[in-house]
Amino acid sequence: MSKERIKIAPEFFEIMPPEYQDLVQRATFGKEDRGWKDIGTTKELIEEHSLCAGCPESMAFRYILASLPNPEDTVMVGSTGCTSLVFPHVAVHNIHSLFGNQNAIASGLKRALTVRFPGRIKDVVVLAGDGATVDIGLDMTLQAWFRQEKFTTICFDNELYANTGGQESGLMQKGFVAKMAPVGKTFEKVRLPEIARESGCHYVVQCTVSKPSLVEKVVRNAVFVAREIGPTYLQLYTPCILEIGKNSMEGLQEMRDSEKPTERFAYREYVSDAAKQFLAELAAKEKEKKAAAKQLAAQEA
Amino acid sequence: MAEGKSVIGTQNKKGQTYTDPWYMLHEAPRTPSFFTGSEVIKEAIRRASCDVMIAYPITPQSEAAALIGELFAEGYVGDYFRGESEFAVMSECAGAAFGGARVFTTTAGPGTMRAMENFPMWAGARLPIQMIVTCRGINSPLSIQPDTLEISYLLNTGMLVWHAETAQDFFDWILKGYMVAEEPDVHLPLALCCDGFFVTHTKDVVHLTPADMCLPPYDPYRSPVPCMDMECPPVRMMRDPFVMKSNYISYATHASWQQEVWAAVERSRKHTIHWLNGLIDAENTDADILIVTSGTAVSQGREAIRLLEDEGVRCGLVKVKTLRPWPGDEIREATKHAKHIFVPEFNVTGWLAKEIRATIPNSDRVHAGPHVCGGMTMPPEIIVSEIKTALGMRAMSLAGRGS
Repeated sequence: MSKERIKIAPEFFEIMPPEYQDLVQRATFGKEDRGWKDIGTTKELIEEHSLCAGCPESMAFRYILASLPNPEDTVMVGSTGCTSLVFPHVAVHNIHSLFGNQNAIASGLKRALTVRFPGRIKDVVVLAGDGATVDIGLDMTLQAWFRQEKFTTICFDNELYANTGGQESGLMQKGFVAKMAPVGKTFEKVRLPEIARESGCHYVVQCTVSKPSLVEKVVRNAVFVAREIGPTYLQLYTPCILEIGKNSMEGLQEMRDSEKPTERFAYREYVSDAAKQFLAELAAKEKEKKAAAKQLAAQEA
Repeated sequence: MAEGKSVIGTQNKKGQTYTDPWYMLHEAPRTPSFFTGSEVIKEAIRRASCDVMIAYPITPQSEAAALIGELFAEGYVGDYFRGESEFAVMSECAGAAFGGARVFTTTAGPGTMRAMENFPMWAGARLPIQMIVTCRGINSPLSIQPDTLEISYLLNTGMLVWHAETAQDFFDWILKGYMVAEEPDVHLPLALCCDGFFVTHTKDVVHLTPADMCLPPYDPYRSPVPCMDMECPPVRMMRDPFVMKSNYISYATHASWQQEVWAAVERSRKHTIHWLNGLIDAENTDADILIVTSGTAVSQGREAIRLLEDEGVRCGLVKVKTLRPWPGDEIREATKHAKHIFVPEFNVTGWLAKEIRATIPNSDRVHAGPHVCGGMTMPPEIIVSEIKTALGMRAMSLAGRGS
């Protein structure tokens, strides 16, 4: 999408919603170095949301949207759950379909966009909870990876079915007592990052969303690798503070506690050889660009 | 966004000429060809300017889905792949249609049922996907033979549902189907059904349009809902989600949208009449006895009428071409003189007879039957027998047939 398309005819400017006016005047669309530090300077891409106060998922949502390298040509695919309460507030095209079919929807979508816009970059990003990704939709998650579909899958892992009130999910910790796990979950947390690697993903990261710079880095890497090499997967811990008995202010600390080296959300990354080479080339180009800019600035001074 | 330029007369990458659909389907010269129904599906898709086809093997549609793979290899279809299950395939079709592609897929029997959650979603999302349904048994114990029970489940999904009698219907209606389904005031998915094996696996003479002509491409910007390609402004879609909010507005919004989907089914009526030359075909409707049916039961009904004529019994015929939109007015008009209406069906429940009974006055005129199911054939003699028995005439027992 060209930024030209969102321009408003001057005679209609005043009657357009303030969000739209803001999008046109201050959006970071088309800005190459956009990132989480832009949050708060504009209404885009998400200003308000209807999640619980202090919900880590809302933080993750903002960081991800701010980190998209190409939001003006990105379509997101969600699933049923708390994410579907936020997507209506997001100024990027997004699809909510059925529960668990998000990677199948994304497969068709990415292929259609490739047929319709050959030679142009159109990114597709899936964003769904652990129930949709790992339980109901696991077949479609895995098969999209087997087929080497070129999009990024992001799982908001809150270790339970949050939106329906805290039932057992495959990513829940063993022993956790939950609705539908009345004597504690009887099997281990499903090791989806490892399965993702074995299933053909080229870039896999497991982390929390306690550090916005880290989220920005992994989201950008995941989107770039998916665009050029093949499927990528991010598993982000976004605890449901409501269902694990925490207060609004305790979400961040919960994530910090869970990302310690011995804990289950310690940072883990897998990069395939092809992706490593690609990311190294990207980094080299970025370095060259910065050096050139620095040189230019020095000459102008 | 749409450029507003006509592509009619220009060529695609395969050298086919984008042709005015009315000319192509009604006036262009046709070549008689001896093909199976599955091969006819391939030939229709060759001319349909399809962007994406997603396949899955389930008998008896597998052959058609595989043949379209050959078209992809030849470069006639933009993309093609095998999905992991019917539910996934229908979801993949949805994704491709959300992205603005002209989409085609096929299914049959239990596959249709496995994918069922997608169909009201397609309709609600206003995705003009065309799906061929080659009907077969859906219930246990296993059957792979033709049985139209699955159509009854499709009737209330919000999709358009047409029921082809022959391979010729199939060829024409696949192409015409896109013309109706993609109208901006319709923009709904189409389930184009046929009776599996009887149509898909038998050879018939089919008159094909020239292979160097094809439909103009789909224009996703004529959709009544935004195309998900970020080519139009990405304003926030809603300030308040429809779901998860226990307030009257969300219920009312959803309810009004459901009604809009069914209003769109109704709006398809005028386009369908235009392209299919009416929602029904009727012959000799002044007769006291009428056979009203759809699919290959129409062909069997024709044979039964010929047998009855030999015995001096005059009988008319109504071929129901579309089930959604439902041709209520047409059936009421066609049956107004009939004293007895027989509805032969290839299913156990008699869903078509129920629809007709709910439509016409004096519905006790409707004889729901004969029914065959589980893949059994329907010899014309059993239709004759049903009619003669109902009229109090002596009917030959089926055991004596052919003796």
